[in-house]
Amino acid sequence: MADIVLDKVSKKFPDGTVAVQDVDLEIADGEFVILVGPSGCGKSTTLNMIAGLEDISSGELRIGGQRVNDKAPRDRDIAMVFQSYALYPNMTVRENMAFPLRLAKLDKETINSKVDEAAKVLELTSLLDRKPANLSGGQRQRVAMGRAIVRQPKAFLMDEPLSNLDAKLRVQMRTVVSRLQKQLGTTTVYVTHDQTEAMTLGDRVVIMRGGAVQQVGPPQELYDHPRNLFVAGFIGSPSMNFLHAAVQDGSLRTALGDVPLGDRIRRELEAADAPRELILGIRPEHFEDAELVDEDTRRRGLEFEAPVEIVESMGSDKYVYFTVEGERASAAELEELAADAGASDFSGAGSNLVTRLSAESAVAEGQSRRVWFNLEKIHLFDPTNGRNLTLHEGRAAGALAD
Amino acid sequence: MATGTETTTRARLRWGLLDVLVVVFALVPVLWIASLSFKTPATITDGNFIPQEWTLDNYRTIFDTDQFVRALINSIGIALIATLIAVVLGAMAAYAISRLDFPGKGLLVGVSLLIAMFPQVSLVSPLFEIERQLGLFDTWPGLILPYITFALPLAIYTLSAFFKQIPWDLEKAAKMDGATQGQAFRRVIAPLAAPGLFTTAILVFIFCWNDFLFAISLTSTERSRTVPAALSFFTGASQFEDPTGAICAAAVVITVPIILFVLFFQRRIVSGLTSGAVKG
Ligand SMILES: Nc1ncnc2c1ncn2[C@@H]1O[C@H](COP(=O)(O)OP(=O)(O)O)[C@@H](O)[C@H]1O
Ligand SMILES: [Mg+2]
Repeated sequence: MADIVLDKVSKKFPDGTVAVQDVDLEIADGEFVILVGPSGCGKSTTLNMIAGLEDISSGELRIGGQRVNDKAPRDRDIAMVFQSYALYPNMTVRENMAFPLRLAKLDKETINSKVDEAAKVLELTSLLDRKPANLSGGQRQRVAMGRAIVRQPKAFLMDEPLSNLDAKLRVQMRTVVSRLQKQLGTTTVYVTHDQTEAMTLGDRVVIMRGGAVQQVGPPQELYDHPRNLFVAGFIGSPSMNFLHAAVQDGSLRTALGDVPLGDRIRRELEAADAPRELILGIRPEHFEDAELVDEDTRRRGLEFEAPVEIVESMGSDKYVYFTVEGERASAAELEELAADAGASDFSGAGSNLVTRLSAESAVAEGQSRRVWFNLEKIHLFDPTNGRNLTLHEGRAAGALAD
Repeated sequence: MATGTETTTRARLRWGLLDVLVVVFALVPVLWIASLSFKTPATITDGNFIPQEWTLDNYRTIFDTDQFVRALINSIGIALIATLIAVVLGAMAAYAISRLDFPGKGLLVGVSLLIAMFPQVSLVSPLFEIERQLGLFDTWPGLILPYITFALPLAIYTLSAFFKQIPWDLEKAAKMDGATQGQAFRRVIAPLAAPGLFTTAILVFIFCWNDFLFAISLTSTERSRTVPAALSFFTGASQFEDPTGAICAAAVVITVPIILFVLFFQRRIVSGLTSGAVKG
């Protein structure tokens, strides 16, 4: 067991690609940290540098207080689970799991008892004599985990370990991984591009973009207080709604109406170099059917009316899709996120709004509906650099804060 | 439904006939040689497919003459040494080609392809001159060297197809599990590459074993003459005897190991040859 510290770690490949840029990260002993970001953002490269499979171009990596930059993987005492599982096809499950122990030159009895123990934890006992080719995807995944836990390493590294499983199994294995990590209390770095996995699994989440860390924090903190447009758009499903907003006479002109501004934001926008156009972000759950909002709550928000496009009833609540007129929010981050989600070609002129309304709402497709949204929960972003302007000392304070 | 089965039966019949034709065309000469090798000198020209008088004299003759035994030893020795060297060098080159990105990789692959395509006949005269100058003419190395040269592209191609199939991740996983580079290769990569090494070795061996062109041009005495070349110098038991029976017996002797080889390792060879092309 050990802590892992990345101190300004960078990776430049021989062809000039800078895959990882000045990553600072302190992972405490026993912590479960998730590296998440769109594909190609440098997650695997970061993990491989921790593992020792890639050289570190600059910066320092310390494991358990020791600088390990120049140590071979086998001298770092770290286990890794690969996306492809990388099981040795010529060995049985037992031999696969025993391999690291045999390399460590343990005696036969110890090896057998350790393998049996790990197999029991992962429910692999009946499969020990099979070859990987005769296992299902989920079983292979468990063998890969077994091979990692069997020698009680200082840390686990996992590179998208669940992404080859089907959706149902993935959810199931997610809890297995989570339980295992808690049980063993081993420092774990887990890479994924799936924000749901990131939100549900980790103690802390590291969001990366283009080789640089965007924000580090517990999942809820990233959700509630995103530092920038990229984090706001990446975390959450369905994702945050973004609207174009023009600064005019101390308020914001948006497709949902004029949004009043609190003193703090207004002061900030009075600066000479302040942006004249902003991006307004609001999460689906901060909308509500105007008919269901009581007077007290109503005062904290704004109402608008828009035609209902689609209603998806989930039982517990309703996802309602609206189209609103007006200019579309545009920023490099949003395009990147859309491309990563595979939805780069939006159609239509207006913006699409996703809202999550109470199940009691009588909203119906095709009609027009009055909807309320919470001004205390909106975020305002500077489109030039993506910064969240509503963030004050790390807390998002909404548009009305004084 | 009835017409359906009828057409498949008929199609099967047609294909079956074609198959039989091809097999007969390929096998009859071999069987004919085998038949001739069992005939006595008196009946050798009688035109019967099945020998009227069976004899093993031809075999006794060739194994009694130094000429053939010596050639057989040359053949086996030269083919084995050339195979060993070609497979080891080929494995190293193929591993580098499939695993590393180094400057000149494209060139290396291109040149080896070029060598494989080069008409060997056009190289015989220069090789003859070079080897005479270097004193390699009519020696084992004099044949082993050109064999390695022409077998290497074959070895590199089959082996790199094999190495490419072995996922990179396995090597990384072995390293994470605590293996050194050497242990990773020996305990993870080599066992997986074994069928490939084996297939390549067989193909290279057959190539060396069957060669006639170099064997006839680069040798002049029994010292290094291999069987295919020695056959053409065959004289029978005495100068005045017709050597046809003996030549046939010798041909059978050098063909049988290859046939056994291929029959025995058929599945290995086929899976080796196709595994590079078809994933899985
Ligand atoms: N060996 C390499 N040589 C050059 N560029 C590479 C190499 N490996 C990865 N990259 C680049 O580095 C970036 C980060 O890759 P990676 O860490 O694999 O991303 P992720 O795992 O987040 O999807 C990508 O742009 C990728 O193209
Ligand atoms: Mg990756």
